[in-house]
Amino acid sequence: MLGTAITIWAAFQNFGKFNIVIALAIATIKATLVVLYFMHARYSPKRTQLVIVCSVFWLAIMLALTLADYDTRPHEGRLASANTCYHA
Amino acid sequence: MHRTGDLYGHFQTLEQQKETATLGMWIFLVTEVLFFGGLFLTYTINRSAFSTAFGIGSNTLDITLGAGNTVVLIMSSLTMAMAVWSAQVGKKKLVSIFLIATLGLGTVFLGVKAIEYKQKFDHHLVPGRSFDMKYHPTHPMPGDDPKELALEKKEVEEAFAHDPDINAHGQLYFSLYFGMTGLHALHMIVGAGLLLWLIKGSFAGRFTPQYNTPVEIVGLYWHFVDIVWIYLFPLLYLIDRHR
Repeated sequence: MLGTAITIWAAFQNFGKFNIVIALAIATIKATLVVLYFMHARYSPKRTQLVIVCSVFWLAIMLALTLADYDTRPHEGRLASANTCYHA
Repeated sequence: MHRTGDLYGHFQTLEQQKETATLGMWIFLVTEVLFFGGLFLTYTINRSAFSTAFGIGSNTLDITLGAGNTVVLIMSSLTMAMAVWSAQVGKKKLVSIFLIATLGLGTVFLGVKAIEYKQKFDHHLVPGRSFDMKYHPTHPMPGDDPKELALEKKEVEEAFAHDPDINAHGQLYFSLYFGMTGLHALHMIVGAGLLLWLIKGSFAGRFTPQYNTPVEIVGLYWHFVDIVWIYLFPLLYLIDRHR
């Protein structure tokens, strides 16, 4: 509840480059609270907790490796020229 | 299959049966995390490549409805958690009440989403032949705020000057918007069906402190759908609001 208010307030502030970082940090805090308390992860057996950690870990692998690839391939600032992609 | 009351033959205790079911649900949720994760990844890559179009698309969304819906969904997660708790302590009447409250809030969420979708159809912002980012600023709808509209017009013109292909790139944003929120809404509809089934069971007094696995499992699913929205909201609605 409070988290949502903070998200919206933060969205209208200008932190320059860090806007998205802050919005996602707030979302992650909210999600963590939901997992720990609403979904009882805190009181679950160790093997359930292991599954949860694995899911985050695998998601991190997918995001990090794919973004690292897009980030380091030369594409002159865009994915492709608009003409080749959309008006073929 | 051998079954003693609620205990299936291949388990030794109800506790063990419940832990197994919960673990299975979590493993399903892991696959869902990666499923939605792929969409979030697609969104991130396209957004960084076409930031002008994505920013302008994001600004056309109604932040009041979006934020209101976030509150509604978090409330529904709270009532769902209360339903699970009620089942665990054996308050049978409260289980039904909280399940119905959860279903009600979920339905409100879907209703608001339908209003938002209709608005996008009215504004010619649905990917396809009649998609046009310039349509809404030049065709005011009844109830539009003229100041707001003038601002939108200025923004769209600036965006066109900056990126002449904005109608193509804008369609990318709206395809992802409809795809991601649509998939989320589909999960909500499935959740609503599961809730109806639980409500029926709670009327029959099926859930007791000894056996409440179905409430617990549907609860996990419902909270997961809530978490997806917690990420969808800032990513789709809030990317360029400071402008």
